[in-house]
Amino acid sequence: MIAFNALLVRDMRLAIRVGGGALMGALFFLIVVTMMPFAIGPDLALLARIGPAILWLGALLASLLALDRLFATDHEDGSLDLLMMGALPLELSVATKAIAHWLTTGLPLVVIAPLLGLMLNVELHAMGWLALTLLVGTPALTFIGLVGAALAVALRRGGLLLAVLVLPLTVPVLIFGVAAANAALFGATPFGPPFTILCALTLASLVLGPIAAAAALRHGLE
Amino acid sequence: MPIIDLANPTRFLTIANRALPWLIAVTVIVFAIGLFYVMNAPDDYQQGATVKIMFLHVPAAWLGMLGWGLMSVAALGTLVWRHPLADVAGKAAAPIGAAFTFICLVTGSLWGRPTWGTYWVWDARLTSMLVLLLLYFGVLALYWTAEEPGRGARAAAILSLVGAVNLPIIKFSVDWWNTLHQPASVFRMGGSTIDPALLTPLLIMALAFTLLFATLHLAVMRNEILRRRVRSMRLMQAQELAEAT
Amino acid sequence: MNLGPHADFIVAAYAVTLFVVAALVGWVVLDYSAQCRTLGDLEARGVTRRSQRKG
Repeated sequence: MIAFNALLVRDMRLAIRVGGGALMGALFFLIVVTMMPFAIGPDLALLARIGPAILWLGALLASLLALDRLFATDHEDGSLDLLMMGALPLELSVATKAIAHWLTTGLPLVVIAPLLGLMLNVELHAMGWLALTLLVGTPALTFIGLVGAALAVALRRGGLLLAVLVLPLTVPVLIFGVAAANAALFGATPFGPPFTILCALTLASLVLGPIAAAAALRHGLE
Repeated sequence: MPIIDLANPTRFLTIANRALPWLIAVTVIVFAIGLFYVMNAPDDYQQGATVKIMFLHVPAAWLGMLGWGLMSVAALGTLVWRHPLADVAGKAAAPIGAAFTFICLVTGSLWGRPTWGTYWVWDARLTSMLVLLLLYFGVLALYWTAEEPGRGARAAAILSLVGAVNLPIIKFSVDWWNTLHQPASVFRMGGSTIDPALLTPLLIMALAFTLLFATLHLAVMRNEILRRRVRSMRLMQAQELAEAT
Repeated sequence: MNLGPHADFIVAAYAVTLFVVAALVGWVVLDYSAQCRTLGDLEARGVTRRSQRKG
């Protein structure tokens, strides 16, 4: 428990301090969502209709770009090797890093999503539900991305390989996340089924992600 | 000969060299029979002669999925049982499976144009195949960008297993997404049931393509073993030169 | 054999399939001869494999 806390706090401190990785994700989210209307056009009705989709895509891309840093800095200075030999089982260490990563990168996305929703003319009453889908879904993105980050660091390859590996695996999360958000917003379809499936996906990734990522690190760095 | 012989690369090469000519011959014969049946197949009452594209599209889809299944089994062989040739089998399956998935998508698109009017439609099955192709690209990237073949093979093995777990989920979510956005129409490729007269050519072509897959797979495995031999010989040569000086 | 009004698509589908399969076969054949040639070169230059030396 002590090791868990220590690792968690260490990772969070590093993320908040160095290079502002924490807020950079949120900033990227803001910029991407701002760019969308330039491409789509200022038609408010259209933006309102696709608002949840834009927010989810922005959150997905912001999560993806931040994943690079998850293992890279530790690998460079050797602390990844220490972690692999350390007291905590590697699966747990990796999961702890992922939790810290989500708290510093994913959670800010959830917090500013309602603000961005305003820019996209998303209706106020649905803002909370939309944030809820992101709250439940962004951990899935982080934990699935964990696997890609572990594979990419083992091969010493950069961010684009990570994106190529991770994005197809996140298709279900994206589908059900947007479906739940649309259901909350427009009421045409029930909110329950996609939302519960989203929860299930997140829970599954919380378990399977660290297992796969730890295996990737072990086999890749042995 | 016992299956354990297949674990030894040299013995595998001997077996492969002897088996390949036969496999090639059988593949060609079955294709000839299949194409004969295809040419004489009746037209579908709805789609006319374009149903002949199905004889390519469905086997290609089946082989694209078989390729990933083979990679996953090979991945277990690499990671769990440490079989010496498992990673070679996995690496060989990837480009072949990807090629058939690509064929599936292109033939699906060409089938869709006269049938539905557009070259691409986000039909649940086509979309799942597209995601599968993207996953294939990821695995291929892992195999071909790794510096050491062993390390790349292990990373690809993990991704194969992660993909294998994820593929049913992806299929389910794409199906769900598709029905959500197209509630009224049922775009099922090939109709809901297949006319028996069309089933025979389909099965023969499926068999022919499967034999083709097996032949190519064996040949690519042979090439990969040779490639690794070349690499180890070069490394040894470099080492000797370094020791001599 | 009458392929009907959409003959072009049917022919195109078969052509693409043939092209991809031919490309695969071509890659396999060319790779094989390249590897054999390299192995021949290396063996001619006296580089042998560990297992050959032991035997």
